[in-house]
Amino acid sequence: MKKLIALGLCTCMTAALLSGCGSANKYPNGKVYVYNWGEYIDPETLDMFEKETGIQVIYDEFDTNETMYPKVEAGASNYDVVCPSDYMIQKMIDNDLLQELNWDNIPNAKANIGAQYYEHSEAFDPGNRYAVPYCWGTVGILYNKTMVDEPVTSWSILWDEKYADSILMQDSVRDLFMVGLKSLGYSMNSTDEKELNEAKDLLIQQKPLVQAYVIDQVRDKMIGNEAALGVIYSGEAIFTQRENPDLEYVIPKEGTNVWIDSWVIPKNAENVENAEKFIDFMCRGDIALLNFDYITYSTPNTAAQALIEDDDIRNSKIAFPDLSQYDGLETFSYLGDDADALYNDLWKEIKSK
Amino acid sequence: MRNAARKIYITLIFIFLYAPIVTLMFLSFNASKSRAKWGGFTLKWYKQLFQNAEILQALWNTLAIALLSSLIATVIGTVACLAMQYMKKRNRTIIMGITNIPMLNAEIVTGISLMLLFIVLGMKFGFLTILLAHITFNIPYVILSVQPRMKQLNPSTYEAALDLGATQLQAFFKVTFPDILPGILSGFLMAFTMSLDDFIITHFTKGPGIDTLSTKIYTEVKKGIKPEMYALSTIIFVVVLLLLLLVNHTPREKSAK
Repeated sequence: MKKLIALGLCTCMTAALLSGCGSANKYPNGKVYVYNWGEYIDPETLDMFEKETGIQVIYDEFDTNETMYPKVEAGASNYDVVCPSDYMIQKMIDNDLLQELNWDNIPNAKANIGAQYYEHSEAFDPGNRYAVPYCWGTVGILYNKTMVDEPVTSWSILWDEKYADSILMQDSVRDLFMVGLKSLGYSMNSTDEKELNEAKDLLIQQKPLVQAYVIDQVRDKMIGNEAALGVIYSGEAIFTQRENPDLEYVIPKEGTNVWIDSWVIPKNAENVENAEKFIDFMCRGDIALLNFDYITYSTPNTAAQALIEDDDIRNSKIAFPDLSQYDGLETFSYLGDDADALYNDLWKEIKSK
Repeated sequence: MRNAARKIYITLIFIFLYAPIVTLMFLSFNASKSRAKWGGFTLKWYKQLFQNAEILQALWNTLAIALLSSLIATVIGTVACLAMQYMKKRNRTIIMGITNIPMLNAEIVTGISLMLLFIVLGMKFGFLTILLAHITFNIPYVILSVQPRMKQLNPSTYEAALDLGATQLQAFFKVTFPDILPGILSGFLMAFTMSLDDFIITHFTKGPGIDTLSTKIYTEVKKGIKPEMYALSTIIFVVVLLLLLLVNHTPREKSAK
């Protein structure tokens, strides 16, 4: 009896599974394969795109650049549009994985994305040939106004012994070294061994003062008043401020990392036309606004910025800082395998002390 | 004295095991998205969960792949154990060695090598590739569970059945099969669990548009995991708990009668 039930269940499940594959004729204009970060797009915009263009969107998600790269490189599934981060785009360009964009086919991209974001993109995409910025942000210090009573203007406050065991640092090689190198006045894309060793020593000095090296836990810890200072991405800062009004975000005077996630088209894409239509659609002001509301990370789309209704957000120094005011803003470059190995070795030294 | 110490020890172990799950269950009712603040009791995550077609599809895929792959792996694994019984010792050792490789390997090695194999074979990535990958890494667990039971078997019972007039199939199903059934069941359950749990191999062998729960949850790490996932995990936990209670209750009733 039990066996019959089990068998019956199995057949039901397989039948139900197979019944899902009959909807081919809703989309007369083909498909587009999109590969993006998790939770990085408003699903409604995908529905709108499918309705307007008749192109079916096959959407896939990844969690880090590093797990995305082998899949695109191996050509397991030929994605038409991918959204990597700055340094990863440069690595993909160097390894001949991307194709140059035909800007005539994506008019919204040139018209609606601010020129300053393209300037910053030159750090990893010289000549702006491969990438269209999608989301961007800065890295800065989030501090709790009730626990820190002096003005926060410099990375050096993270070395202040007053805040021992109340400091949160990023648990990622390049982000950690960015703080170290910037506070010494060096470039965060430095490959100079002397500079890197200086940064390493500085970070080892800081280690006893650090409460924890975290990634996304920094959000919840700061909201819960567990730490006074934390290094955080600007996109998270707005969310944390909403949950805990005692928090304040600031970009230190030495400068920081301006990160940009952009749309690219891989060389082995099969639906290039549809890919261009997709990117062009995402660069529309109203669509970018929908995505901004959903993701809450800053959008480089000036048309969308103008459409934001809430004055506080539109003029927010966190979401849309005036980049010309700051010195020392840089974007990550891909440093090559040797430099990466050096960074990794030094990071291991810091972590193991 | 010893009794009290035993009870305290067990309680501590249970707290250690279940504290994370209980926290998760609390957070699934938390109105605030943040893990640090309690924003009030709410059922909205449960409602949103059942309206979210993507998560439900991922759940469906996960269960279907787990069930199918563990069933097929159990069949293949059991047959393999049968065959190994009648092999020369040297061949058996070789086969056991090969079987152990996927278990000892780092999963990322298995994942990438399967991905490259599928590319070489020109297969289109999708549900089928994930299924094949899961069957592949499940077979060793089944073999590992069934082998010991097989070894314990008295080979003469099978031959006695043949002598008494049974065909080979009849002899297998009526004599051997009931004896190794516990091994097969535990192998099946292990395979099912490993398949439900798997992320990295699924990530590398899946095609666009197909997601399992683990790949869906991992991709949300950068932005923060949606509370709908807490709701889903709570439901799964409660369902499994109920099933276990049911399964463990009924036999006792039967034997009491």
